[in-house]
Amino acid sequence: MTQTILTITDNCLLAPGVFRMRLAGLRPEEVKPGQFVEVRVPGTFLRRPISVCDAEDGVLTLIYKAVGDGTRILAGMRPGETLDVLAGLGNGYDLTRAGTAPVLVGGGVGIPPLYYLAKELLRAEVTPRVLLGFNRSDEIFYEDEFAALGAAVTVVTLDGSAGEKGFVTEHLPADLTCFYACGPLPMLKALCRATDRPGQLSLEERMGCGFGACMGCSIQTAEGPKRVCKEGPVFEREVLGW
Amino acid sequence: MVNTSVDLCGIRLDNPVIPASGTFGYGYEFAEYYDINILGTFSFKGTTPEARFGNPTPRIAECPGGMLNAVGLQNPGVEKVIAEELPKLRRVFHKPVMANISGFSVEDYVTSAARLDKEDCVGWLEINISCPNVHGGGMSFGTDPGAAAEVTRAVKAVTHKPVIVKLTPNVTDIVSIARACEEAGADGLSLINTLLGMRIDLRTRRPLLANTTGGLSGPAVFPVALRMVWQVSHAVHIPVVGLGGITTARDVLEMMMAGASAVEVGTANLISPTACRDIILDLPRVMKEYGIESLEELK
Repeated sequence: MTQTILTITDNCLLAPGVFRMRLAGLRPEEVKPGQFVEVRVPGTFLRRPISVCDAEDGVLTLIYKAVGDGTRILAGMRPGETLDVLAGLGNGYDLTRAGTAPVLVGGGVGIPPLYYLAKELLRAEVTPRVLLGFNRSDEIFYEDEFAALGAAVTVVTLDGSAGEKGFVTEHLPADLTCFYACGPLPMLKALCRATDRPGQLSLEERMGCGFGACMGCSIQTAEGPKRVCKEGPVFEREVLGW
Repeated sequence: MVNTSVDLCGIRLDNPVIPASGTFGYGYEFAEYYDINILGTFSFKGTTPEARFGNPTPRIAECPGGMLNAVGLQNPGVEKVIAEELPKLRRVFHKPVMANISGFSVEDYVTSAARLDKEDCVGWLEINISCPNVHGGGMSFGTDPGAAAEVTRAVKAVTHKPVIVKLTPNVTDIVSIARACEEAGADGLSLINTLLGMRIDLRTRRPLLANTTGGLSGPAVFPVALRMVWQVSHAVHIPVVGLGGITTARDVLEMMMAGASAVEVGTANLISPTACRDIILDLPRVMKEYGIESLEELK
């Protein structure tokens, strides 16, 4: 993990309330898929944890939803402004367990970390199938970006206004070797009920520090207490007992 | 060259900056960011005889100038701390460390104190009678002079190490608690722990914290801490460690001018992992700015 000052190069609206920020100046240290950063947002006290959507050539890509004070301030920031970022936090996804037919399942703003994961899997010559879940068609983002990587993308909307209708769990391929997921808690739990294949789930929790010091984000697991920020945010389903 | 060293209960510190318990783990998380041997010392995560998970989440809420926490003394229990955490701590920190102890009964405090007394790396015992986030223990010892004195006396009986009693600000008269601890044999006092507070989520109309209430910390509490350190240090003859919202080297000097012999820095560590190092590196410059050659002249 590193503390660094990054410069905003781009901050644009992707879907209602959902923004993509690109920041330059990331040092070449490894930022792994499934890890997150803690952003110091001017005018707020605690840092904001945001998952890494992409990290390539010193450019960090973050996708976030403007829902609270901090993310609303972020949404108003412009190219050229700088942010104090702690990078490389958390464990990230374990790519070695992908098998031959991994499926990536994302719900809403849980989708971004799967982009970097898909990219790295493809780099390792594993082609993932990607299931992206949204409530409605106007919420859809990054369908084309996943497709451009070479992944097979299926969009699922709750109301059927685009792609397949229903829940992502109803569209899981039968032959998957493993799943990687990030999204709302009910979706993650439903996934574990829908398949008995190995899975890695990225959890969200309100955090204090983001690097293991304050114990603010601890959860109970089958292996005892774990910090979502340090031992997570990605957990094997068995560890969660799901 | 200015002199930043101070004495804390007979042990020399290179500088007065001590990361506060519960914001610094067992040190090794921070050793990834900097060499933590620059610190005066640090107070490790509050320890109880048995393992504790603590409170459900959310445990953290934010407010202007600070935060609320209701962690609830999560720790692996004193035996695991000694067997697993202290060896890791010793690999990254080579000075005497402050062992923070909490409990739900006098026996709890005595059990942990007696165990940690035998650890060479422990320089001081900090007795937390001020945790606001647990029921039936913690702060209930810190809000009554008789109970505070009883814990202090019992811990003193099982250790030769200096005992620093950590006080809560959630009392009518902190001076009476401080005096009771001094009379019971405390070698020092640290104050303040967090101020009891709460927040409500407008959307759910429910408290933001699963525990309903939590402890307020951060720059917002600094003036309250300063006032209490002033009151206590003028009323007792033992060293006072001042804490509560310290974020800068100037805050350190202000707290020491209020009567503190050393300071603890808590919440600032959570915002910037290098906060304590940055304060220590800045301290000589700020001392020179105010014509201070030695911190001990502030006493």
